[in-house]
Amino acid sequence: MPPIATATPTRTDAIIIGAGPCGLFAVFELGLLGLAAHVIDILDRPGGQCTELYPEKPIYDIPAWPVISGQELTDRLMQQIAPFSPTFHFGEMAASLEKSAEGFWRIATDAGSVIEAPVVVIAAGGGSFMPKKPPLANVEAYEGEGVCYAVRKIEAFRGRRIVIAGGGDSALDWTLNLQPVAERVTLVHHRDGFRAAPHSVARMKELVADGAIDFVIGKLNALVGDAPRLNGVSVMTAAGEKMLPAERLLAFFGLTMKLGPIAEFGLNFSENLIPVDTRKFETSAPGIFAIGDINDYPGKLKLILSGFHEAALMSQAAFAICRPGERLRFQYTTSSTQLHQRLKVA
Amino acid sequence: MKLHVTDHDGAQHELAALPGWRVMEIVRDWDLPIKAECGGACACATCHVYVGTGWFDRLPETTEEEHDQLELLADRRTNSRLACQVLMSDELDGLKITLAPGSRR
Repeated sequence: MPPIATATPTRTDAIIIGAGPCGLFAVFELGLLGLAAHVIDILDRPGGQCTELYPEKPIYDIPAWPVISGQELTDRLMQQIAPFSPTFHFGEMAASLEKSAEGFWRIATDAGSVIEAPVVVIAAGGGSFMPKKPPLANVEAYEGEGVCYAVRKIEAFRGRRIVIAGGGDSALDWTLNLQPVAERVTLVHHRDGFRAAPHSVARMKELVADGAIDFVIGKLNALVGDAPRLNGVSVMTAAGEKMLPAERLLAFFGLTMKLGPIAEFGLNFSENLIPVDTRKFETSAPGIFAIGDINDYPGKLKLILSGFHEAALMSQAAFAICRPGERLRFQYTTSSTQLHQRLKVA
Repeated sequence: MKLHVTDHDGAQHELAALPGWRVMEIVRDWDLPIKAECGGACACATCHVYVGTGWFDRLPETTEEEHDQLELLADRRTNSRLACQVLMSDELDGLKITLAPGSRR
Protein backbone atom coordinates (compact mmCIF):
# COMPACT_ATOMS: atom_id res chain seq x y z
CA MET A 1 0.00 0.00 0.00
CA PRO A 2 1.20 3.54 -0.67
CA PRO A 3 2.47 5.49 2.33
CA ILE A 4 -0.67 7.61 2.64
CA ALA A 5 -0.05 8.78 6.18
CA THR A 6 3.52 9.97 5.67
CA ALA A 7 3.25 12.03 2.47
CA THR A 8 2.15 15.66 2.57
CA PRO A 9 -0.75 16.07 0.16
CA THR A 10 -0.39 18.41 -2.80
CA ARG A 11 -3.41 20.63 -3.43
CA THR A 12 -4.76 21.40 -6.88
CA ASP A 13 -8.08 22.16 -8.56
CA ALA A 14 -8.53 18.93 -10.49
CA ILE A 15 -6.92 15.50 -10.50
CA ILE A 16 -7.18 13.83 -13.87
CA ILE A 17 -6.71 10.06 -14.00
CA GLY A 18 -5.49 9.14 -17.46
CA ALA A 19 -3.23 11.02 -19.89
CA GLY A 20 -4.94 9.84 -23.06
CA PRO A 21 -6.40 12.36 -25.49
CA CYS A 22 -9.46 13.07 -23.33
CA GLY A 23 -7.45 13.54 -20.13
CA LEU A 24 -5.04 15.84 -21.95
CA PHE A 25 -7.81 17.91 -23.49
CA ALA A 26 -9.45 18.18 -20.06
CA VAL A 27 -6.29 20.00 -18.95
CA PHE A 28 -6.96 22.50 -21.73
CA GLU A 29 -10.64 23.08 -20.99
CA LEU A 30 -10.01 23.36 -17.24
CA GLY A 31 -7.05 25.64 -17.93
CA LEU A 32 -9.14 28.04 -20.00
CA LEU A 33 -11.32 28.48 -16.92
CA GLY A 34 -8.28 29.13 -14.75
CA LEU A 35 -8.27 25.71 -13.10
CA ALA A 36 -5.00 23.84 -12.48
CA ALA A 37 -4.64 20.11 -12.93
CA HIS A 38 -2.51 17.15 -11.96
CA VAL A 39 -2.54 14.22 -14.38
CA ILE A 40 -1.80 10.65 -13.30
CA ASP A 41 -1.03 7.85 -15.75
CA ILE A 42 0.37 4.38 -15.25
CA LEU A 43 2.29 4.66 -18.52
CA ASP A 44 5.58 6.53 -18.63
CA ARG A 45 4.42 8.93 -21.34
CA PRO A 46 1.25 10.67 -22.51
CA GLY A 47 -1.20 9.39 -25.12
CA GLY A 48 -2.81 6.34 -23.52
CA GLN A 49 -4.16 3.90 -26.10
CA CYS A 50 -3.21 6.29 -28.92
CA THR A 51 0.49 5.93 -28.27
CA GLU A 52 0.51 2.52 -26.60
CA LEU A 53 -1.64 0.57 -29.05
CA TYR A 54 -1.58 2.41 -32.36
CA PRO A 55 1.02 5.23 -32.45
CA GLU A 56 1.54 4.86 -36.19
CA LYS A 57 -2.02 4.09 -37.25
CA PRO A 58 -3.94 6.85 -38.98
CA ILE A 59 -7.02 8.40 -37.36
CA TYR A 60 -9.43 10.04 -39.82
CA ASP A 61 -12.19 11.45 -37.61
CA ILE A 62 -10.50 14.24 -35.67
CA PRO A 63 -12.10 17.53 -36.74
CA ALA A 64 -9.87 19.60 -39.05
CA TRP A 65 -7.30 16.77 -39.27
CA PRO A 66 -8.05 14.77 -42.43
CA VAL A 67 -5.56 12.23 -41.12
CA ILE A 68 -3.39 12.16 -38.01
CA SER A 69 -1.50 9.39 -36.22
CA GLY A 70 -2.05 8.51 -32.58
CA GLN A 71 1.43 9.79 -31.75
CA GLU A 72 0.99 13.07 -33.61
CA LEU A 73 -2.41 13.69 -32.01
CA THR A 74 -0.79 13.23 -28.62
CA ASP A 75 2.13 15.50 -29.50
CA ARG A 76 -0.27 18.23 -30.66
CA LEU A 77 -2.35 17.97 -27.51
CA MET A 78 0.78 18.23 -25.35
CA GLN A 79 1.71 21.36 -27.29
CA GLN A 80 -1.80 22.77 -26.90
CA ILE A 81 -1.93 22.27 -23.12
CA ALA A 82 1.65 23.42 -22.45
CA PRO A 83 0.57 26.97 -21.46
CA PHE A 84 -1.35 25.51 -18.51
CA SER A 85 1.72 23.70 -17.12
CA PRO A 86 -0.08 20.64 -15.76
CA THR A 87 1.77 18.46 -13.27
CA PHE A 88 2.22 14.98 -14.69
CA HIS A 89 2.60 11.84 -12.61
CA PHE A 90 3.75 9.37 -15.23
CA GLY A 91 4.45 5.78 -14.33
CA GLU A 92 2.09 6.05 -11.37
CA MET A 93 -1.19 4.29 -10.76
CA ALA A 94 -4.05 5.98 -8.91
CA ALA A 95 -4.32 3.49 -6.08
CA SER A 96 -6.93 4.88 -3.72
CA LEU A 97 -9.59 7.54 -3.44
CA GLU A 98 -10.94 8.94 -0.21
CA LYS A 99 -12.50 12.08 1.19
CA SER A 100 -10.25 14.24 3.36
CA ALA A 101 -11.43 15.73 6.64
CA GLU A 102 -11.73 19.09 4.90
CA GLY A 103 -13.95 17.67 2.18
CA PHE A 104 -11.40 17.34 -0.62
CA TRP A 105 -10.99 14.25 -2.72
CA ARG A 106 -7.65 12.67 -1.93
CA ILE A 107 -5.90 10.34 -4.34
CA ALA A 108 -2.81 8.35 -3.46
CA THR A 109 -0.70 6.72 -6.15
CA ASP A 110 1.29 3.51 -5.93
CA ALA A 111 4.44 5.64 -6.09
CA GLY A 112 3.51 7.50 -2.91
CA SER A 113 2.16 10.75 -4.38
CA VAL A 114 -0.81 12.13 -2.47
CA ILE A 115 -2.93 14.78 -4.19
CA GLU A 116 -6.02 16.57 -2.97
CA ALA A 117 -8.57 18.47 -5.05
CA PRO A 118 -12.25 19.35 -5.04
CA VAL A 119 -12.58 17.74 -8.47
CA VAL A 120 -11.49 14.36 -9.85
CA VAL A 121 -11.77 13.58 -13.55
CA ILE A 122 -11.63 9.92 -14.48
CA ALA A 123 -10.40 9.71 -18.07
CA ALA A 124 -9.06 6.20 -17.77
CA GLY A 125 -10.30 4.78 -21.09
CA GLY A 126 -10.32 0.99 -20.88
CA GLY A 127 -8.52 1.05 -17.55
CA SER A 128 -4.88 0.72 -16.53
CA PHE A 129 -2.37 -0.77 -18.89
CA MET A 130 -0.89 -3.83 -17.22
CA PRO A 131 1.74 -6.20 -18.55
CA LYS A 132 0.50 -9.28 -20.36
CA LYS A 133 1.61 -12.39 -18.54
CA PRO A 134 3.28 -15.27 -20.33
CA PRO A 135 0.90 -18.19 -20.68
CA LEU A 136 2.77 -20.41 -18.21
CA ALA A 137 1.50 -22.50 -15.33
CA ASN A 138 2.12 -21.03 -11.88
CA VAL A 139 3.61 -17.81 -13.27
CA GLU A 140 2.01 -15.69 -10.52
CA ALA A 141 3.90 -17.58 -7.82
CA TYR A 142 7.22 -16.42 -9.30
CA GLU A 143 6.27 -12.79 -9.75
CA GLY A 144 8.30 -10.29 -7.76
CA GLU A 145 11.41 -12.43 -7.68
CA GLY A 146 11.90 -14.93 -10.50
CA VAL A 147 9.53 -13.36 -13.02
CA CYS A 148 9.40 -9.63 -13.79
CA TYR A 149 7.62 -7.53 -16.41
CA ALA A 150 9.76 -4.42 -16.00
CA VAL A 151 13.16 -3.44 -14.69
CA ARG A 152 12.68 -1.24 -11.66
CA LYS A 153 16.13 -1.73 -10.13
CA ILE A 154 19.02 -2.90 -12.26
CA GLU A 155 20.71 -4.26 -9.11
CA ALA A 156 18.12 -7.04 -8.94
CA PHE A 157 19.64 -8.38 -12.15
CA ARG A 158 23.33 -7.94 -11.42
CA GLY A 159 25.29 -11.16 -11.66
CA ARG A 160 22.16 -13.15 -12.54
CA ARG A 161 21.38 -15.41 -15.45
CA ILE A 162 18.49 -13.72 -17.20
CA VAL A 163 16.07 -14.95 -19.80
CA ILE A 164 14.41 -12.10 -21.68
CA ALA A 165 11.33 -13.01 -23.70
CA GLY A 166 9.75 -10.89 -26.42
CA GLY A 167 10.46 -9.31 -29.77
CA GLY A 168 9.73 -5.63 -29.29
CA ASP A 169 11.74 -2.60 -28.25
CA SER A 170 11.51 -3.36 -24.50
CA ALA A 171 12.93 -6.85 -24.95
CA LEU A 172 15.73 -5.64 -27.20
CA ASP A 173 16.58 -2.56 -25.11
CA TRP A 174 16.87 -4.56 -21.88
CA THR A 175 18.83 -7.30 -23.59
CA LEU A 176 21.40 -4.65 -24.52
CA ASN A 177 21.25 -2.77 -21.21
CA LEU A 178 21.46 -5.79 -18.92
CA GLN A 179 24.16 -7.63 -20.86
CA PRO A 180 27.02 -5.75 -19.11
CA VAL A 181 25.68 -6.36 -15.58
CA ALA A 182 24.19 -9.84 -15.92
CA GLU A 183 26.04 -13.14 -15.59
CA ARG A 184 24.39 -14.15 -18.86
CA VAL A 185 21.49 -12.86 -20.95
CA THR A 186 19.47 -15.14 -23.19
CA LEU A 187 16.90 -13.59 -25.50
CA VAL A 188 13.98 -15.83 -26.44
CA HIS A 189 11.62 -15.00 -29.28
CA HIS A 190 9.41 -17.24 -31.37
CA ARG A 191 10.92 -16.10 -34.67
CA ASP A 192 14.07 -14.53 -36.03
CA GLY A 193 12.33 -11.23 -36.68
CA PHE A 194 11.71 -8.31 -34.38
CA ARG A 195 9.39 -5.36 -34.05
CA ALA A 196 12.09 -3.10 -32.68
CA ALA A 197 14.48 -0.34 -33.69
CA PRO A 198 16.77 -1.76 -36.41
CA HIS A 199 19.93 -0.52 -34.68
CA SER A 200 18.97 -2.41 -31.48
CA VAL A 201 18.40 -5.58 -33.48
CA ALA A 202 21.74 -5.12 -35.25
CA ARG A 203 23.54 -4.57 -31.92
CA MET A 204 21.88 -7.64 -30.41
CA LYS A 205 23.04 -9.75 -33.36
CA GLU A 206 26.59 -8.42 -32.93
CA LEU A 207 26.56 -9.47 -29.28
CA VAL A 208 25.30 -12.94 -30.26
CA ALA A 209 28.07 -13.22 -32.88
CA ASP A 210 30.63 -12.17 -30.25
CA GLY A 211 29.33 -14.81 -27.85
CA ALA A 212 28.33 -12.17 -25.28
CA ILE A 213 24.67 -13.19 -25.22
CA ASP A 214 22.52 -16.05 -26.46
CA PHE A 215 19.49 -15.92 -28.73
CA VAL A 216 17.06 -18.82 -28.79
CA ILE A 217 14.19 -19.13 -31.26
CA GLY A 218 11.42 -20.79 -29.35
CA LYS A 219 8.44 -20.45 -27.11
CA LEU A 220 8.38 -20.32 -23.31
CA ASN A 221 7.24 -23.69 -22.09
CA ALA A 222 7.55 -23.88 -18.29
CA LEU A 223 9.15 -22.33 -15.23
CA VAL A 224 11.38 -24.49 -13.07
CA GLY A 225 12.28 -23.64 -9.51
CA ASP A 226 11.01 -23.29 -5.99
CA ALA A 227 8.62 -20.35 -6.40
CA PRO A 228 9.23 -17.50 -6.10
CA ARG A 229 12.85 -18.62 -6.63
CA LEU A 230 13.53 -19.43 -10.27
CA ASN A 231 16.16 -21.94 -11.38
CA GLY A 232 15.42 -22.24 -15.05
CA VAL A 233 13.14 -21.63 -17.96
CA SER A 234 12.09 -24.43 -20.28
CA VAL A 235 11.75 -23.33 -23.89
CA MET A 236 10.19 -25.27 -26.75
CA THR A 237 12.33 -24.97 -29.88
CA ALA A 238 12.17 -26.58 -33.31
CA ALA A 239 14.70 -29.13 -32.01
CA GLY A 240 12.65 -29.93 -28.93
CA GLU A 241 12.63 -28.78 -25.33
CA LYS A 242 15.63 -26.75 -24.15
CA MET A 243 16.35 -25.89 -20.52
CA LEU A 244 17.85 -22.47 -19.88
CA PRO A 245 19.29 -22.07 -16.36
CA ALA A 246 18.15 -18.68 -15.07
CA GLU A 247 17.35 -16.83 -11.86
CA ARG A 248 15.29 -14.18 -13.66
CA LEU A 249 12.73 -14.20 -16.46
CA LEU A 250 11.89 -10.81 -17.90
CA ALA A 251 8.81 -11.11 -20.09
CA PHE A 252 7.90 -8.29 -22.48
CA PHE A 253 4.68 -9.46 -24.08
CA GLY A 254 2.97 -6.10 -24.41
CA LEU A 255 0.24 -4.57 -22.33
CA THR A 256 -3.42 -5.21 -21.74
CA MET A 257 -6.05 -3.02 -20.11
CA LYS A 258 -7.50 -3.85 -16.70
CA LEU A 259 -9.86 -1.63 -14.76
CA GLY A 260 -7.53 -1.79 -11.76
CA PRO A 261 -7.98 0.05 -8.46
CA ILE A 262 -10.60 2.53 -9.75
CA ALA A 263 -13.04 -0.36 -9.55
CA GLU A 264 -12.60 -0.07 -5.76
CA PHE A 265 -13.14 3.69 -5.57
CA GLY A 266 -16.74 3.25 -4.48
CA LEU A 267 -18.21 4.56 -7.74
CA ASN A 268 -21.13 3.02 -9.58
CA PHE A 269 -20.05 0.82 -12.43
CA SER A 270 -22.16 -0.81 -15.07
CA GLU A 271 -20.35 -3.45 -17.15
CA ASN A 272 -16.99 -1.80 -16.37
CA LEU A 273 -18.25 1.62 -17.43
CA ILE A 274 -19.15 4.57 -15.22
CA PRO A 275 -22.63 5.98 -15.79
CA VAL A 276 -22.71 9.79 -15.99
CA ASP A 277 -25.23 12.50 -16.76
CA THR A 278 -24.88 14.29 -20.09
CA ARG A 279 -24.86 17.84 -18.76
CA LYS A 280 -21.87 17.64 -16.43
CA PHE A 281 -20.53 14.13 -17.05
CA GLU A 282 -20.52 13.69 -13.31
CA THR A 283 -20.60 10.28 -11.64
CA SER A 284 -22.77 9.24 -8.72
CA ALA A 285 -20.19 10.92 -6.44
CA PRO A 286 -20.37 14.75 -6.43
CA GLY A 287 -17.17 16.30 -7.76
CA ILE A 288 -16.06 13.13 -9.51
CA PHE A 289 -16.46 13.22 -13.26
CA ALA A 290 -15.87 10.58 -15.92
CA ILE A 291 -15.08 11.40 -19.55
CA GLY A 292 -14.01 9.46 -22.62
CA ASP A 293 -14.23 5.72 -23.20
CA ILE A 294 -14.77 4.88 -19.52
CA ASN A 295 -18.13 6.60 -19.18
CA ASP A 296 -21.55 5.59 -20.40
CA TYR A 297 -24.80 7.41 -21.10
CA PRO A 298 -27.64 7.00 -23.57
CA GLY A 299 -26.28 7.44 -27.08
CA LYS A 300 -22.62 7.25 -26.02
CA LEU A 301 -20.14 6.93 -28.87
CA LYS A 302 -16.64 5.78 -27.97
CA LEU A 303 -14.89 8.39 -30.08
CA ILE A 304 -12.07 10.75 -29.20
CA LEU A 305 -14.18 13.69 -30.33
CA SER A 306 -16.97 12.72 -27.92
CA GLY A 307 -14.43 12.81 -25.09
CA PHE A 308 -13.33 16.29 -26.11
CA HIS A 309 -16.92 17.54 -25.91
CA GLU A 310 -17.37 15.84 -22.55
CA ALA A 311 -14.20 17.53 -21.26
CA ALA A 312 -15.59 20.96 -22.15
CA LEU A 313 -18.90 20.45 -20.37
CA MET A 314 -17.27 18.75 -17.41
CA SER A 315 -15.00 21.78 -16.95
CA GLN A 316 -17.98 24.13 -16.63
CA ALA A 317 -19.31 22.02 -13.77
CA ALA A 318 -15.84 21.68 -12.25
CA PHE A 319 -15.52 25.47 -12.14
CA ALA A 320 -18.68 25.76 -10.05
CA ILE A 321 -17.20 23.31 -7.53
CA CYS A 322 -13.68 24.79 -7.45
CA ARG A 323 -14.74 28.45 -7.42
CA PRO A 324 -18.02 28.51 -5.49
CA GLY A 325 -19.81 31.84 -5.74
CA GLU A 326 -17.73 33.05 -8.68
CA ARG A 327 -19.51 33.81 -11.91
CA LEU A 328 -18.41 31.78 -14.90
CA ARG A 329 -18.19 33.98 -17.96
CA PHE A 330 -18.43 32.34 -21.34
CA GLN A 331 -15.60 33.57 -23.54
CA TYR A 332 -14.16 32.79 -26.96
CA THR A 333 -10.45 32.10 -27.43
CA THR A 334 -10.53 34.23 -30.58
CA SER A 335 -11.30 37.45 -28.72
CA SER A 336 -10.97 37.22 -24.93
CA THR A 337 -7.97 39.01 -23.44
CA GLN A 338 -8.22 36.89 -20.31
CA LEU A 339 -8.10 33.68 -22.33
CA HIS A 340 -5.19 35.05 -24.35
CA GLN A 341 -3.32 35.63 -21.09
CA ARG A 342 -4.06 32.12 -19.89
CA LEU A 343 -2.96 30.75 -23.26
CA LYS A 344 0.18 32.90 -22.95
CA VAL A 345 -0.38 34.49 -26.35
CA ALA A 346 -1.07 37.99 -24.99
CA MET B 1 -23.76 -12.69 -46.70
CA LYS B 2 -23.68 -14.64 -43.44
CA LEU B 3 -21.26 -15.09 -40.58
CA HIS B 4 -21.88 -17.98 -38.19
CA VAL B 5 -20.66 -17.31 -34.65
CA THR B 6 -20.58 -19.59 -31.63
CA ASP B 7 -20.31 -17.35 -28.57
CA HIS B 8 -18.45 -17.95 -25.28
CA ASP B 9 -21.43 -19.80 -23.83
CA GLY B 10 -21.83 -22.07 -26.83
CA ALA B 11 -24.88 -20.29 -28.26
CA GLN B 12 -24.96 -20.02 -32.04
CA HIS B 13 -25.69 -16.86 -33.98
CA GLU B 14 -26.19 -16.29 -37.69
CA LEU B 15 -25.13 -12.71 -38.38
CA ALA B 16 -25.76 -10.69 -41.53
CA ALA B 17 -22.34 -9.60 -42.75
CA LEU B 18 -21.09 -7.11 -45.29
CA PRO B 19 -18.13 -7.50 -47.62
CA GLY B 20 -15.10 -5.45 -46.62
CA TRP B 21 -16.07 -5.46 -42.94
CA ARG B 22 -13.70 -6.96 -40.44
CA VAL B 23 -15.14 -10.07 -38.79
CA MET B 24 -14.51 -8.38 -35.42
CA GLU B 25 -16.58 -5.38 -36.49
CA ILE B 26 -19.49 -7.58 -37.52
CA VAL B 27 -19.44 -9.47 -34.20
CA ARG B 28 -19.28 -6.18 -32.29
CA ASP B 29 -21.99 -4.61 -34.46
CA TRP B 30 -24.37 -7.40 -33.47
CA ASP B 31 -23.59 -6.81 -29.79
CA LEU B 32 -21.93 -10.12 -29.06
CA PRO B 33 -19.57 -9.64 -26.09
CA ILE B 34 -16.23 -9.49 -27.92
CA LYS B 35 -13.62 -7.41 -26.11
CA ALA B 36 -11.59 -6.07 -29.09
CA GLU B 37 -10.04 -3.46 -26.85
CA CYS B 38 -7.63 -1.93 -29.37
CA GLY B 39 -10.40 -1.42 -31.90
CA GLY B 40 -8.82 -3.34 -34.75
CA ALA B 41 -5.19 -2.19 -34.59
CA CYS B 42 -3.81 -5.76 -34.24
CA ALA B 43 -2.33 -4.67 -30.93
CA CYS B 44 -4.16 -6.59 -28.20
CA ALA B 45 -5.33 -10.08 -29.30
CA THR B 46 -8.66 -9.64 -27.48
CA CYS B 47 -10.70 -10.51 -30.59
CA HIS B 48 -9.25 -14.04 -30.69
CA VAL B 49 -11.46 -16.59 -32.47
CA TYR B 50 -11.27 -20.21 -33.55
CA VAL B 51 -12.03 -20.74 -37.23
CA GLY B 52 -14.49 -23.49 -38.16
CA THR B 53 -13.47 -26.71 -39.87
CA GLY B 54 -12.73 -26.26 -43.55
CA TRP B 55 -12.50 -22.48 -43.38
CA PHE B 56 -9.02 -21.82 -41.99
CA ASP B 57 -7.13 -22.34 -45.26
CA ARG B 58 -9.56 -20.11 -47.13
CA LEU B 59 -8.75 -17.06 -45.00
CA PRO B 60 -6.20 -14.43 -46.01
CA GLU B 61 -2.63 -15.11 -44.83
CA THR B 62 -1.65 -14.30 -41.25
CA THR B 63 0.71 -11.31 -41.13
CA GLU B 64 3.80 -11.33 -38.90
CA GLU B 65 2.09 -8.67 -36.81
CA GLU B 66 -0.91 -10.93 -36.18
CA HIS B 67 1.35 -13.93 -35.67
CA ASP B 68 3.24 -12.07 -32.90
CA GLN B 69 -0.05 -11.43 -31.09
CA LEU B 70 -1.29 -15.01 -31.49
CA GLU B 71 1.98 -16.33 -30.05
CA LEU B 72 1.16 -14.79 -26.67
CA LEU B 73 -2.22 -16.44 -26.24
CA ALA B 74 -2.58 -19.17 -23.66
CA ASP B 75 -5.63 -20.59 -25.41
CA ARG B 76 -4.19 -20.57 -28.92
CA ARG B 77 -5.03 -23.47 -31.21
CA THR B 78 -3.98 -24.34 -34.74
CA ASN B 79 -7.14 -22.65 -36.04
CA SER B 80 -6.70 -19.41 -34.09
CA ARG B 81 -7.04 -16.02 -35.78
CA LEU B 82 -7.69 -12.45 -34.72
CA ALA B 83 -11.13 -11.44 -35.95
CA CYS B 84 -9.94 -7.89 -36.65
CA GLN B 85 -7.51 -9.17 -39.27
CA VAL B 86 -10.05 -11.07 -41.36
CA LEU B 87 -12.10 -9.05 -43.84
CA MET B 88 -15.37 -10.49 -45.09
CA SER B 89 -15.55 -11.20 -48.81
CA ASP B 90 -17.80 -13.18 -51.15
CA GLU B 91 -15.49 -16.19 -50.74
CA LEU B 92 -16.06 -16.12 -46.97
CA ASP B 93 -19.87 -16.07 -47.12
CA GLY B 94 -20.97 -18.59 -44.50
CA LEU B 95 -17.73 -18.42 -42.47
CA LYS B 96 -17.93 -20.18 -39.12
CA ILE B 97 -16.05 -18.94 -36.06
CA THR B 98 -16.08 -19.53 -32.30
CA LEU B 99 -15.24 -16.74 -29.87
CA ALA B 100 -12.21 -17.79 -27.79
CA PRO B 101 -12.48 -17.54 -23.97
CA GLY B 102 -10.01 -14.65 -23.71
CA SER B 103 -12.05 -12.46 -26.02
CA ARG B 104 -15.02 -12.18 -23.66
CA ARG B 105 -15.91 -8.60 -22.80
